[in-house]
Amino acid sequence: MPAPIRLRELIRTIRTARTQAEEREMIQKECAAIRSSFREEDNTYRCRNVAKLLYMHMLGYPAHFGQLECLKLIASQKFTDKRIGYLGAMLLLDERQDVHLLMTNCIKNDLNHSTQYVQGLALCTLGCMGSSEMCRDLAGEVEKLLKTSNSYLRKKAALCAVHVIRKVPELMEMFLPATKNLLSEKNHGVLHTSVVLLTEMCERSPDMLSHFRKLVPQLVRILKNLIMSGYSPEHDVSGISDPFLQVRILRLLRILGRSDDDSSEAMNDILAQVATNTETSKNVGNAILYETVLTIMDIKSESGLRVLAINILGRFLLNNDKNIRYVALTSLLKTVQTDHNAVQRHRSTIVDCLKDLDVSIKRRAMELSFALVNGNNIRGMMKELLYFLDSCDPEFKADCASGVFLAAEKYAPSKRWHIDTIMRVLTTAGSYVRDDSVPNLIQLITNSVEMHAYTVQRLYKALLDDISQQPLVQVSSWCIGEYGDLLVSGQCEEEEPIQDEVLDVLEGLLVSNLSTPVTRGYALTAIMKLSTRFSSVNRIKKVVSIYGSSIDVELQQRAVEYNALFKKYDHMRPALLERMPIMEKTATNGPTEIVQTNGETEPSVLDTKHPPPVTQPANQVRTLKQFWYLHSVLCCCSDPVSPWTFQLQLLSPSSNVVPALNQGTVTQVIRVLNPQKQQLRMRIKLTYTHKGSPVQDLAEVNNFPPQSWQ
Amino acid sequence: MQFMLLFSRQGKLRLQKWYVPLSDKEKKKITRELVQTVLARKPKMCSFLEWRDLKIVYKRYASLYFCCAIEDQDNELITLEIIHRYVELLDKYFGSVCELDIIFNFEKAYFILDEFLLGGEAQETSKKNVLKAIEQADLLQENIDFQMRLFAGNFGGKPNNPCCSIRSVALDVNSPPQGQQKQHPSNINTDFEVTGLLFSLISQPSCLK
Repeated sequence: MPAPIRLRELIRTIRTARTQAEEREMIQKECAAIRSSFREEDNTYRCRNVAKLLYMHMLGYPAHFGQLECLKLIASQKFTDKRIGYLGAMLLLDERQDVHLLMTNCIKNDLNHSTQYVQGLALCTLGCMGSSEMCRDLAGEVEKLLKTSNSYLRKKAALCAVHVIRKVPELMEMFLPATKNLLSEKNHGVLHTSVVLLTEMCERSPDMLSHFRKLVPQLVRILKNLIMSGYSPEHDVSGISDPFLQVRILRLLRILGRSDDDSSEAMNDILAQVATNTETSKNVGNAILYETVLTIMDIKSESGLRVLAINILGRFLLNNDKNIRYVALTSLLKTVQTDHNAVQRHRSTIVDCLKDLDVSIKRRAMELSFALVNGNNIRGMMKELLYFLDSCDPEFKADCASGVFLAAEKYAPSKRWHIDTIMRVLTTAGSYVRDDSVPNLIQLITNSVEMHAYTVQRLYKALLDDISQQPLVQVSSWCIGEYGDLLVSGQCEEEEPIQDEVLDVLEGLLVSNLSTPVTRGYALTAIMKLSTRFSSVNRIKKVVSIYGSSIDVELQQRAVEYNALFKKYDHMRPALLERMPIMEKTATNGPTEIVQTNGETEPSVLDTKHPPPVTQPANQVRTLKQFWYLHSVLCCCSDPVSPWTFQLQLLSPSSNVVPALNQGTVTQVIRVLNPQKQQLRMRIKLTYTHKGSPVQDLAEVNNFPPQSWQ
Repeated sequence: MQFMLLFSRQGKLRLQKWYVPLSDKEKKKITRELVQTVLARKPKMCSFLEWRDLKIVYKRYASLYFCCAIEDQDNELITLEIIHRYVELLDKYFGSVCELDIIFNFEKAYFILDEFLLGGEAQETSKKNVLKAIEQADLLQENIDFQMRLFAGNFGGKPNNPCCSIRSVALDVNSPPQGQQKQHPSNINTDFEVTGLLFSLISQPSCLK
């Protein structure tokens, strides 16, 4: 059989393929050749074949049949074989494959090999993809190599130990003795990897952390030497001596100083020194400054140092390099809670970053801006943020809108400003606001009593311009329903619309394609409410009756009920449709829950949960709305299996006021359809307010005479 | 570091180093998504992006994207330096490296990476030491009988037969057609950025041809 083609030859050939199909054909042909070569147990060319397989694997083709061959290569005595074998193992095998455990013995032998490059290969592979079982088996070998004087092996063993600890944390203890004099090494490679090892140990175990705190002075010394020493060509990067090591030491110092005053104090000086002396013209210097800032902010540093750190971040914000600006914004976001005032000083720069072209920077700047809003800067900040909302990408709009609402709620200088701001958000990003903002807004508007006229007028005008943004339309129609009388009464500053125009608009919402079913529900209810506020009751009656046969079930149900309201319960209509009282802001019973759980039903019908606290003298009970609610529900009964055993028909109560001091009663007739002759039981729940506090009363009637249900 | 990917501007993978255990399927999915995301970035955007719960640091050198996924507590700026250091190592080893070098000598690119990083962390911060180690290891490959020779712990020895010979370099920004040879510049400065596309011919050590 001819010798298998060389690797470079194969690569060259495959690259000449003009189509995916052609490439696939070549690959398949070569794979077949390789497979037969594997079958023949050809030692000479195994290495070449596996290398070719690895290339094909990188192109995306399956190469699992080469896994065992990698193991054979690793077991070979030739260095070339081992090199490719270990590479193949790292690429093709991982801890999920059963085969990988077969490597353990080979790695063990190679860890004790006479040639350090072979040992290096084994350490590298173990440290890259060793499974927990392998790590357990080989931890002892790694620990041995951690104590060797050969720095080439020592540094690799340190990182291998890191991997072992990550896989099997219980083994951490066994590496402790070997760490004794790791930091006294001169070799930078060993120093660097030792610091990584120490960091890993300290992060995982509080005991280790306290044990290694004593290393702080030594670390400070090493760092100082790095900064103060002259030019060292071997480790120099743009004039800075071994920045990688500096950064790692700073990170370890951060962990050691975190909740410890003494350690923090011991490192104060060196941190100040690094912060002030590091050259900032290149990325490498800024990388060190960045790490320094993170350390300063995390340990118990003195305030002067913290201010220094924030100022460094402020300078970063002005840097031309957008990477630097990005990390500055990220870090400021982390510190804004604890060092709020210091960060405030850089507010204008942060706000400028809102206009940056980069998406990540814009997002950071937005989050940071919201964190910086307070009572003093609300007007200015909101202007910038609203401008941002106008022009930003859709992915930001929802978060920005929510942020604006939150900030406005917390710091609004006046109710009018608040409502204007909300209007602005609804008109510019109306389709992106979250679901819960509609009921929240409705609650806000209800509670701003003096602004009702202004609000409804502005919302009406917005509706005339654009009916596509559903949250805006929903809030507007709700307001028009509630405050329509104010809208047409001349209380507004501008020319007021006449009743028919308003009804035109609302009816337009009902028929428009742009309106969702939820919106239509809002519109219909609004029209209904206007029946007690406007004089064109007949028109409203007509609209309502038309929708009694709507295909949309929700709309139909509402229309039918409203029709009934007109016909049989007309005396209840004014009470039912009167102004909503001021709602309390409790989360559980608030409109939020009602709107979400029921989906389409809007607050006023389900006001049963909120007996209004304002106007009731003691002992008067508003049972009215509860009965109305019951009327819409098919009642359940004592039998949980068949909840629809009964059908109830509640007739209207004799009166809607229970006189105080037992001077009279209210009676209500309930007609029960009980075809299955189940026993009747009734549970009554009464909620009312007494002297301002809500009261709830439960009673059960179990003694219905048998004749009533048998 | 959780993984490092090198890919071309057309999205072809040139190197993948994974430091976390994932199935082949997951690796392919991640690679596909990430390559798409990074290639969609405009040139003026910053080198960092958030992706799933990782931070991605990427940088483009000529026609290759170097992309690393780091964890939350890692320093993005120093990761950029790590990427740069790796490019410098490749450059020194291959002599003004270009994408073709990495395509045709991918196993060497891996060997260099494995001498520089281990388990996702830098094991050697001196450029010189990494290159020396690679050189010695390459020499080992040359020797059929390496068990007789002991290079253990020995950095000082001079190699008898260099494993790489003459290379020629073109300094065009646009890639010249394969096979074209130009003059070798004598002043490869150490403080470089690998920018324009360069073409180089390397003669290989005998074993892996």
